Amino acid sequence: MRILLIDDSRTMRNIQKAVLTQLGYSEICEACDGQDALSKVGAFRPELILVDWNMPNMDGLAFIKAFRQTNRTTPMIMVTTEAERSRVIEAIKAGVNNYVVKPFTPDLLSQRIAETLAKAGAAKVA
Amino acid sequence: MDASYIKPFVASIQNVFATMMQLPVSLGTPHLKTKPGASSDVTGIIGLSGDVIGTVALAFSEATASRVVALFGGQQLATDNPDFADAIGELVNMVCGGAKAMFTNKRVSISCPSVVLGAGHLVATPQDTPCVVIPCTSDCGDFAIEVAIREAAVPTKPVAAAAAQA
Repeated sequence: MRILLIDDSRTMRNIQKAVLTQLGYSEICEACDGQDALSKVGAFRPELILVDWNMPNMDGLAFIKAFRQTNRTTPMIMVTTEAERSRVIEAIKAGVNNYVVKPFTPDLLSQRIAETLAKAGAAKVA
Repeated sequence: MDASYIKPFVASIQNVFATMMQLPVSLGTPHLKTKPGASSDVTGIIGLSGDVIGTVALAFSEATASRVVALFGGQQLATDNPDFADAIGELVNMVCGGAKAMFTNKRVSISCPSVVLGAGHLVATPQDTPCVVIPCTSDCGDFAIEVAIREAAVPTKPVAAAAAQA
């Protein structure tokens, strides 16, 4: 499975990559902000996207809105420090499928990835 | 400064360090920073804007910062490695993000983090804003969180009104 990781912090990308690797995913592409991610989605064709909110150049919310204009199906999980209920609603309205608040444990991130992919799989079958 | 502005940072720093590094943090008694204050070697700084404005800094000695970064990032890094500052920035980002979520009925935004590296530097804060220092103790060493924030003179739109417009 091809997974796109979008976060301006390389440390955070490495932490998430370690979780994904442990789950058996190895085809991982990294982007450091929304603009970088938009330039990579065409060639990489991700099947799952993990995206941070606060990033320079183009933030996660702007990326999601831009990406969803042409892609309604690829599941996206927002992984962010933005924990307020109003922010979660804003992100879901923009098109994310699931939400993880930093700080997170590896178990929590794994669980969210599993449930997101399960729902996306179910949607495909339906 | 209103104590309700300090409690979120106390809770958030313990949560971030415990969740990401399984590192318990003990807190000392918060006190007002005296001018010019204690120096540090590595400082992560974030700005707050909206209904609450000011800065929040995580201040470490080099030795403590090195141990914290090694635990957080899973590898020992030299202070001049760009990933070292990145890790400190992400930590202060998580601490402030967690704290701002606990400010009820206030609209607060946080900036992208900045990290200052340099032996014995001082972090200055605006003269019209009191700075509360919260001493922290951990197995990685002692460090401090410095909270210099206050209510904005002109509050932004009430949360409920803004949500209704969205």
